[in-house]
Amino acid sequence: MVELVEQTRQTKSIVLDPPDWTGHRAGQHVDVRLTADDGYQAQRSYSIASAPEDQHLELTVERLDDGEVSPYLVDELRPGDQLELRGPIGGYFVWERSLGGPLLLIGGGSGIVPLRAMLRHHLATASDVPVRMLYSARSLDDVIYREELMQAGAEHGIDVRFTLTRKQPAGWDGYARRIDRDLIGEVSWPAGERPLVYVCGPTPFVETAAEALVGLGHEPGRVRTERFGPT
Amino acid sequence: MDALDGNAIAGQLVVAFGHEMTTASGVCGRCGGQALLAETNVYLRAPGSVARCRACDNVLVVMVEVRGYTVVDLTGFSALEPA
Repeated sequence: MVELVEQTRQTKSIVLDPPDWTGHRAGQHVDVRLTADDGYQAQRSYSIASAPEDQHLELTVERLDDGEVSPYLVDELRPGDQLELRGPIGGYFVWERSLGGPLLLIGGGSGIVPLRAMLRHHLATASDVPVRMLYSARSLDDVIYREELMQAGAEHGIDVRFTLTRKQPAGWDGYARRIDRDLIGEVSWPAGERPLVYVCGPTPFVETAAEALVGLGHEPGRVRTERFGPT
Repeated sequence: MDALDGNAIAGQLVVAFGHEMTTASGVCGRCGGQALLAETNVYLRAPGSVARCRACDNVLVVMVEVRGYTVVDLTGFSALEPA
């Protein structure tokens, strides 16, 4: 472990320099295994937050208060510590430049993490597909990669939109409601333009978004989903 | 608990099969529905891991780790084709 970067009150990025790392594709994850002194093992999957082009491997972990693994990763890990990783893993929830677009990224909470890897891959490869992102978070303080995403909007022409479902700052001009068919219809390209859509978040969020997209006429085969939940 | 999806067992599948399996396409032995393994409903504490058909809830995959061995039951599929 090289460095720990605080992203929000509950999330930190763990910057890693794994030996013999053969590279990854944007959207993939790793399995992290912890072994206690008595031999007890616990394993969890974490999405890779960095682009394949980035120098280090970055995981962004949300601290779940009653979790077995995340409190250790967020609170106890120190630079120089070793972690046991398996990966990169997954071939379904992956975006590469060659897959084209238009690219629509829809994230709920820490579901933004693999989408951030895709966005960075898009920028690093100077891909010219149009990209839109819809990110649902409870409040502005819960938005992970806030400055980076706003910068992507301001400087790179990415259409990044936020919806803050619980608390909005004074003068907030973004969305302030849970995602539903209307909101997704407003943000998405029409189904006829056949965007490639990636949805990642807690299960109910993903189900709502996927049903809305299919209801709006998007081809199920072009809507890729990844659900996570406390395990 | 809410179901996850096949991405959640991607690592276990790599260990069992030796390669990426979430993009493998399977046919449900009960309803005949076709889906990628990534698109199944997955429960991680069943005990063991269980993947069910999204259309008819048929059990497609059961994976249990016992003393360092992973036991995989795929009999819920009538066909399974790696990508």
